[in-house]
Amino acid sequence: MAKVKLDGVRKVYPNGVEAVEPCHVDIPDGELVVLVGPSGCGKSTLLRMVAGLEEITDGTLHIGDTVMNDVEPANRNIAMVFQNYALYPHMTVAKNMGYGLKNRGLPKTEIAQKVAEAAKMLNLEDYLNRRPSQLSGGQRQRVAMGRAIVRSPELFLFDEPLSNLDAKLRNQMRIEIRALQQRLGVTAMYVTHDQVEAMTLADRIIVLNAGRIEQIGTPAEIYSQPASTFVASFMGAPPMNIFTGTSDGQQATLDGGLSLNGAGAPSQTGKIQIGIRPEDVALDPSGPLPFEVDIVEELGAHRLLHGQLSGQPFSVSLNKDEPASTGPTKIALKPGAVHFFDAEAGRRL
Amino acid sequence: MKRAAFGQIGFPILLLIPQLVIIAIFFYWPAGYAIQSSFYLQDPFGFGSTYVGVDNYTRLTTSRTYLSSFWFTVIFTTLVTFFSLAIALLLAVKADKVIRGAKTYRTLLMWVYAIAPPVAGLMGVMLFDQSRGNITQLLSTFGYDYRLGVNYWDTAAAMITVSIWKQIPVNFIFFLSGLQAIPRSVREAAMIDNASGTSRFWDITFPLLAPTGFFLLIINITYALFDTFGIVDTIVKGEPGNNPMTLVYRVFVDGFRGGDLGGSSAQSVVLMVLVLILTVVQFRFLERRIHYT
Ligand SMILES: Nc1ncnc2c1ncn2[C@@H]1O[C@H](COP(=O)(O)OP(=O)(O)O)[C@@H](O)[C@H]1O
Ligand SMILES: [Mg+2]
Repeated sequence: MAKVKLDGVRKVYPNGVEAVEPCHVDIPDGELVVLVGPSGCGKSTLLRMVAGLEEITDGTLHIGDTVMNDVEPANRNIAMVFQNYALYPHMTVAKNMGYGLKNRGLPKTEIAQKVAEAAKMLNLEDYLNRRPSQLSGGQRQRVAMGRAIVRSPELFLFDEPLSNLDAKLRNQMRIEIRALQQRLGVTAMYVTHDQVEAMTLADRIIVLNAGRIEQIGTPAEIYSQPASTFVASFMGAPPMNIFTGTSDGQQATLDGGLSLNGAGAPSQTGKIQIGIRPEDVALDPSGPLPFEVDIVEELGAHRLLHGQLSGQPFSVSLNKDEPASTGPTKIALKPGAVHFFDAEAGRRL
Repeated sequence: MKRAAFGQIGFPILLLIPQLVIIAIFFYWPAGYAIQSSFYLQDPFGFGSTYVGVDNYTRLTTSRTYLSSFWFTVIFTTLVTFFSLAIALLLAVKADKVIRGAKTYRTLLMWVYAIAPPVAGLMGVMLFDQSRGNITQLLSTFGYDYRLGVNYWDTAAAMITVSIWKQIPVNFIFFLSGLQAIPRSVREAAMIDNASGTSRFWDITFPLLAPTGFFLLIINITYALFDTFGIVDTIVKGEPGNNPMTLVYRVFVDGFRGGDLGGSSAQSVVLMVLVLILTVVQFRFLERRIHYT
């Protein structure tokens, strides 16, 4: 088990693409960190640099107290789980799991014992002599997990390990991975583009956008204090409503003329962006804000109301018990519901 | 898949006829004729033939020249197959690692494929030529007197070298695409499991290339046995003398130069049996054993 430290780590591919801008990350021992961001934002690149599968262009990488920049992947004492499982198709499940140990020169009996232990943990005991092609997707995923566990690594790396599974299995495996990681107490870096997966799994989340770290924080921090409009709209479903507006230092006003009384205002004056989460709103006939509902979407546990606030698109999420209909209504904001961001860069104010 | 339903058997057969006719005329008929004439002794001047039973076959087993060709063919095929596969695999593994200029490099390696066997043979003859050949001259600077077409082993070496050279591009193309079909993540998983590149190659890459390799093995044996006729012909120039030759070439030499159609037919029948065995081996053992997915 080990802490991980990235110091100004940067990646420029030979074709000139800067996939990861210089970034600083500190992961304490035993923490599960989720890297989340849209496709192509550099999550895999960052993870693969930690694994040693991609050269680090600049900066230093520590795993434990060792600088790992020029260490072979096999000597970093890590284990990686790939999206498509990356099992060795010509080896049995047992051989797949034991291959890394064999190359470390462990005696056969010890390998067999470790493989048996991992297989028991993952309910794979009946499949040890099968080839990967004779397993289901979920079982293959487990074998990939088993291959990672038997090595007793200091660091787990996951690159979208659940993306190829169906929704039900994905939820189940997500819980299993979390339980396993906590039980083993191994530091882990987990890449996903799925914000639900990120929120539910993470001790801390790193939100990446176009090769840049937008925010690092616990799921609660990310949700309640998004550092930018990007984070605000990427994390949370349905996404945060973002309005354009102005601030005079005392009060914020939405473009379209509606003032948000009592919501406070940033000290910065002039043009700003204003964010309100759909679930931080209550229907209130005597509320201060007129809301014109165009569409009601039924989601079972929730109901989404889409319409106009001060002439700008606005969505509200309501509990299924609250009645809702189209047409004009009034709303009130819950305390702390309003977020302010700067107009150009979208940074939190 | 749904079975297409034809009312009667007649129409499908009608559709098959052109193909069947071609196979019959160009394959079964000559093959049948060869089997038949292998039991006869032809009059050298074309005046009829005499039934001699299996005489032609027993004659082969005692013919010193035939046996020598037989053993030469075994060695020739083994060497050509082994080296053309090994060198092509080495080149493919190296080419697979090239990132810059990969296309040019690969195209250059594949070019040789476009050269017809007799041309390859001719180029070989020029390189190994008694007086002007570059390789002959090179060897003479080392004090070796190389004599193509005169010294048995010198001629054999030229035949083998040219045959290997000619076959490398085909193998290279197949090996390279085989390598590129191995998922990148599988190789990366292996990099995390095993620090040694050499042992990774033998543990992961090589077994995953096995289907390609076995397919090529059969292709290469067939090539060495049969398709090297053009190369052998250019080097031997139809003058058997003391030169080594492959079994296929001996069929031609004994039958058309020596006028021994019966003996030559018997030799063809032996070759047919060989092909049959190769085909059975290919389908029975290899295909079944080496597919993973
Ligand atoms: N081998 C490569 N060569 C050049 N560019 C690459 C390479 N791999 C990825 N990229 C680019 O780097 C960026 C980040 O890719 P990646 O890390 O795979 O994103 P993610 O995993 O977040 O979807 C993308 O723009 C992608 O096109
Ligand atoms: Mg990725």
